[in-house]
Amino acid sequence: MNRFLPVLTVVAAILAVWYVACIPMNVQEVLTNAERAGAVVEPEGAANRRDLNRIGLVFSNTEHLGASWSTERARLPSPHQIAAELWASTWQEEVYGRRGIVNSGSFSNRSLIYHGGVTLGATFVGFLIGSALGVLLAVGIVHSRTMDRSVMPWAIVSQTVPIVALAPMIIVVLYSIGINGLLPKAIISAYLSFFPVVVGMVKGLRSPDAMQLDLLHTYHASKSQTFWKLRLPSSVPYLFTSLKIGIAASLVGAIVGELPVQRGGLGARMLGGSYYGQTEQIWAALFVAAGLAATMVWLIGWIEARTLRRMGVQP
Amino acid sequence: MAVIEASGLDLTFQTNDGPVHALRDVNLSVEQGDFVSFIGPSGCGKTTFLRCIAGLETPTGGSLAVNGMTPDEARRARAYGYVFQAAGLYPWRTIGGNIRLPLEIMGFSRADQAERVQKTLELVDLAGFEKKFPWQLSGGMQQRASIARALAFDADILLMDEPFGALDEIVRDKLNEELLKLWARTEKTIGFVTHSIPEAVYLSTKIVVMSPRPGRITDVIESTLPKDRPLDIRDSKEFIDIAHRVREGLRAGHVDD
Repeated sequence: MNRFLPVLTVVAAILAVWYVACIPMNVQEVLTNAERAGAVVEPEGAANRRDLNRIGLVFSNTEHLGASWSTERARLPSPHQIAAELWASTWQEEVYGRRGIVNSGSFSNRSLIYHGGVTLGATFVGFLIGSALGVLLAVGIVHSRTMDRSVMPWAIVSQTVPIVALAPMIIVVLYSIGINGLLPKAIISAYLSFFPVVVGMVKGLRSPDAMQLDLLHTYHASKSQTFWKLRLPSSVPYLFTSLKIGIAASLVGAIVGELPVQRGGLGARMLGGSYYGQTEQIWAALFVAAGLAATMVWLIGWIEARTLRRMGVQP
Repeated sequence: MAVIEASGLDLTFQTNDGPVHALRDVNLSVEQGDFVSFIGPSGCGKTTFLRCIAGLETPTGGSLAVNGMTPDEARRARAYGYVFQAAGLYPWRTIGGNIRLPLEIMGFSRADQAERVQKTLELVDLAGFEKKFPWQLSGGMQQRASIARALAFDADILLMDEPFGALDEIVRDKLNEELLKLWARTEKTIGFVTHSIPEAVYLSTKIVVMSPRPGRITDVIESTLPKDRPLDIRDSKEFIDIAHRVREGLRAGHVDD
């Protein structure tokens, strides 16, 4: 209970702010609908209200605001609307829908389970490529002065280019040489996730102090013995911290990679939702993405705890 | 033949504030089985001299031979075990695993490794702690494990850089006593850096008094104490006389400042 109470408090606070924010955010649509239904709204006519202050409108029409939390295609859908959308586009769609897994034998392309799976696949492949690349670069940087001077600055520069600008170019270039589908997304994903791994691993591999290195020097240990017996085990805590950041970055990369392609995935779902004003669909996809990220970070944390315990770290 | 032979040894570090004379004209001869202490205030070059013997620093002048070889050749031949001020055990290895570290690096067979781990654990009185992790041991026990690690591959020389400097007085006394027993049993040549006069006098057959700026030897005292030394020998007249001479030597070094 001690662990959940603070989290629940924050969740409750966010929900409270959210429900209050729904009122001014949705006031234009709510008043238009009320006026259509015959209510007298101050001032009359949607066109006259368009440029007025939303908060002012709220206070001059307090009796017509009952629909603030149930308007369809609201600017800011309320949390329970999003929850309903989540339920409808997962369980309902798969179990009762014509395209759902129960009736068709495969996941529906309208369900968030299907789209989440598409994104997750690209995230996972991208994360594997990115972290492997990150570890290899870090090993090179630590062992070679030339690589330290040449690779590190470029790794930093690579992260200053906005990924949304770069992603379409990567997709177009890869498409022109016949690569499409999961791989371009995975590459964008890897592009974002290799960096935290490089930085963390360089720090981790350099974490043994002068005394530790001197000790191995007195044993006349080779460079590879120093690496396997000292540098690598020392870097494990740093590795896991970087992997946690890396996998979250991978997910962002996969979603960004899905935006211009529109062939499934949470990114496609978000952009599709925004084209057609389906705000609930955007938010639902966003929540699934956040849930996936939290789950993956938790999973790495769990593996970290197990690994460190096996390495004999003080509990 | 002397195990360690230094003549006219110089070491100058080039720093941004100009050259620093860490060692100047150091002459010393250490015989097989000696227990040599290096004592002096910080900056006198005692640790630097030990690191030169270990091949961790390269002298800029004079000559230094270890087992008749250059220090670097001696290091490659794994002629010595080195104990640092901090135990520096790997937290991810058990005590046994830590002692096995040099054996793995030097390519001992698995059976030989296990046997040597057992033997050295008994030597430092840590039998039964093989499977514990370092954090489960006290500071004194950790330092004993690090001595075991330095002894595991049976080098003839043991170099110790203030190994008990971070421990409290009572633990230090106990470890000093144990170190003497260990030295008597293994008959190794020991180089021991310290800044404690009682520790140096209690342990050594030869006390090298050093002074700073430039780092140099001001006195070499051959101890007249018997080889068998109970802790209460420190109250004897002989002990106090030697301690007095060490103190005088240290003071003389300071007058030069």
